[in-house]
Amino acid sequence: MSALRIKKGSSSHSAYDLRSNFGDEIERHTLAVTVVNEPGVLARVIGLFSGRGYNIESLTVAEIDHEGHRSRITIVTSGTPQVIAQIKAQLGRIVPVLEVHDLTAEGPSVERELGLLKVAGAGEKRVEALRLADIFRANVVDSTLESFVFEITGTPEKIDAFADLMRPLGLVEIARTGVAALARGAK
Amino acid sequence: MSRQMTGAKMVVQALKDQGVDTIFGYPGGAVLPIYDEIFQQNEIQHILVRHEQAAIHAAEGYARSTGKPGVALVTSGPGATNAVTGLTDALMDSIPLIVFSGQVPTFMIGSDAFQEADTVGITRPCTKHNWLVKDTETLSTTIHEAFHVATSGRPGPVLIDIPKDVQFATGNYTEKTKLKSKYQPQVKGSIEGINDLVKLMEKAKRPVFYTGGGVINSGPAASQLLRELVEATGFPITSTLMGLGAYPASGKAWLGMLGMHGLYEANMAMHDCDLMINIGARFDDRITGRVDAFSPKSKKAHIDIDASSINKIIHVDIPIVGDVAHVLEDLLKVWKSRGRVTEKEGLDKWWKQINEWRAVRCLAYKNSETTIKPQYALERLEALTKGMDRYITTEVGQHQMWAAQFLGFEDPNRWMTSGGLGTMGYGFPASIGVQLAHPDALVVNVAGEASWLMNMQEMGTAIQYKLPVKQFILNNERLGMVRQWQQLLHGERYSSSWSEALPDFVKLAEAFGAKGILCSDPKDLDDAIMEMINYDGPVIFDCLVEKHENCFPMIPSGKPHNEMLLAADADAFASGAALV
Ligand SMILES: Cc1ncc(C[n+]2csc(CCOP(=O)(O)OP(=O)(O)O)c2C)c(N)n1
Ligand SMILES: [Mg+2]
Repeated sequence: MSALRIKKGSSSHSAYDLRSNFGDEIERHTLAVTVVNEPGVLARVIGLFSGRGYNIESLTVAEIDHEGHRSRITIVTSGTPQVIAQIKAQLGRIVPVLEVHDLTAEGPSVERELGLLKVAGAGEKRVEALRLADIFRANVVDSTLESFVFEITGTPEKIDAFADLMRPLGLVEIARTGVAALARGAK
Repeated sequence: MSRQMTGAKMVVQALKDQGVDTIFGYPGGAVLPIYDEIFQQNEIQHILVRHEQAAIHAAEGYARSTGKPGVALVTSGPGATNAVTGLTDALMDSIPLIVFSGQVPTFMIGSDAFQEADTVGITRPCTKHNWLVKDTETLSTTIHEAFHVATSGRPGPVLIDIPKDVQFATGNYTEKTKLKSKYQPQVKGSIEGINDLVKLMEKAKRPVFYTGGGVINSGPAASQLLRELVEATGFPITSTLMGLGAYPASGKAWLGMLGMHGLYEANMAMHDCDLMINIGARFDDRITGRVDAFSPKSKKAHIDIDASSINKIIHVDIPIVGDVAHVLEDLLKVWKSRGRVTEKEGLDKWWKQINEWRAVRCLAYKNSETTIKPQYALERLEALTKGMDRYITTEVGQHQMWAAQFLGFEDPNRWMTSGGLGTMGYGFPASIGVQLAHPDALVVNVAGEASWLMNMQEMGTAIQYKLPVKQFILNNERLGMVRQWQQLLHGERYSSSWSEALPDFVKLAEAFGAKGILCSDPKDLDDAIMEMINYDGPVIFDCLVEKHENCFPMIPSGKPHNEMLLAADADAFASGAALV
């Protein structure tokens, strides 16, 4: 018996269908995940994202209820609508995950991030940095004769913009917390 | 009343409270305290396997054939890493298992101690959940929670890693009844979804039930309700590899298995249906073939306890998250209360079409007077064991697909095979687990010679515990499934797919103290099979079969269901016809 004739470019040579079936409009979503604060829970969430090839743009985690051992993980992720739906379903399947909310889909929400920026310089540049910080409502939390550390909160875009302005003025180092987010309104 | 006891004793106590009668395991330094407790009691039987992978597969066989969770015990380090394949297998096929592993003492964790491995780290992606228990006080509740998690919702394997000092230390034992778990998966399906589905069922002209392992995992009530639903509606039904037996193979609505090596009528019905009702299956890629050409004309409903299985691969119109038995009960109620309506005329036409597909006789093969065809061997095994209290396990390869095609299953929990992971070496240890759960039943592992060698050390276990498991090896002296792909898709370049240097299986059986039977002539086959069945003890049956038989039908990957290859097509390829 001779080999089957398979058209060039076809995937029949593989044990898998090599063509992806999914569309490609990418959406960015912010997910709020309440988990039982037990060892390994963050590793489970991160392992899910790496194991299944999902994106993490930002991830923050901290305990929100000491008595009840609950933590909140805020994840900013991106993907096609189908992938986002899968991410939520897969998160919901993790045993210590209590709740999954898609803040992007469930209505308006506020997102905030905190950034710390160290800017070093002297003379005109130093004055300009301070002036811009004032406009952005950034606080000076440390200063020496040749440097400032600014603290700024806002949306990730605001922190990006501030960092862009500080770059030519002597930005040395930046630390960001990642996004924390809540739905707007009473509930 | 609070009870103080050591961690090691808690393990045994908790197993008793959970109703466990059998565990599979292998000792080592980090679990010696637990083994000491096992030694001092008689309620729980410990089965000493010969490799930890086999302990997990045996526990899987036990679980799948009883509907109860399987339990295994392994030591730290290599004991735990050897368990990884079995855990992954159980995760893919949703088998409830509770696996205990020993760990180095808490104060040595992280120091690269002797036989230390990051077991919870390694097994995190291959368990449904796992725990490292650092305090004896929490050990008993963790074990009860582990049983709850493994068996609720979509079942799966869990692992509890217990450091040696936690086994020695004393703590309070908490009763099973005191467990308050936060893990409570939804079992009732949404009534809107069920109503919508009933409306589609009433109008469907070409409906098909596509059922999977979820029906079996849901329990005997689910299979019963499924049978009732199929009989009452007269809709045709097919099943995945994992779901065989939920609906009886002798049932008149049965189309046979679907998928890559599924039956022509089953796959054609899936392709041409106007309503697909997926019950506890997951649109695996071995089922769908080419996804964008999958059943293009149908509305699709999907009943599954795992929300993440729905809309993962195929978009469905009616998603219903819930336990199969619960949902089917409601579905039947609603459908009956609305007057048991079906589209009779459409259904008649649909069955006519299906019977035309059946007439293709897709499983037909050319038999031989001189050589045993593997299909013939299975047909004879089926005929000679029909009506017996019979359980079948398999290894992975062509023999597995032929077994699924040629053996009929009348009841759930009678068929154990590695579907999702496709683990060669699964079937033999699984047959041991099944036989332990059903000591008087006939347990046959339909094997390929290559797969079987992967866990052949378990002959020792079979002999030690006097388990009369029948190893029915369809010996083609080839990694047959690999060879088939190479023949059909890789220009007949048979790279490493010959089973070379095979042992003499009869002598091998005798070396272990078992019976060996060799059969190579179709005329001797019936007698040889009867000899195997009647022998009171483990048997290795070396059935020398046609070496180059191919398994058809076959849907090459990336092809839609209606482009199946049949055995007859294969001859056309030989004469140079192109596959397009
Ligand atoms: C552990 C493992 N390794 C490799 C494979 C790939 N594989 C699938 S079928 C097969 C050949 C099996 O040969 P045999 O057991 O003799 O069965 P046959 O196909 O000949 O019936 C191989 C190597 C696998 N499924 N599992
Ligand atoms: Mg073989």
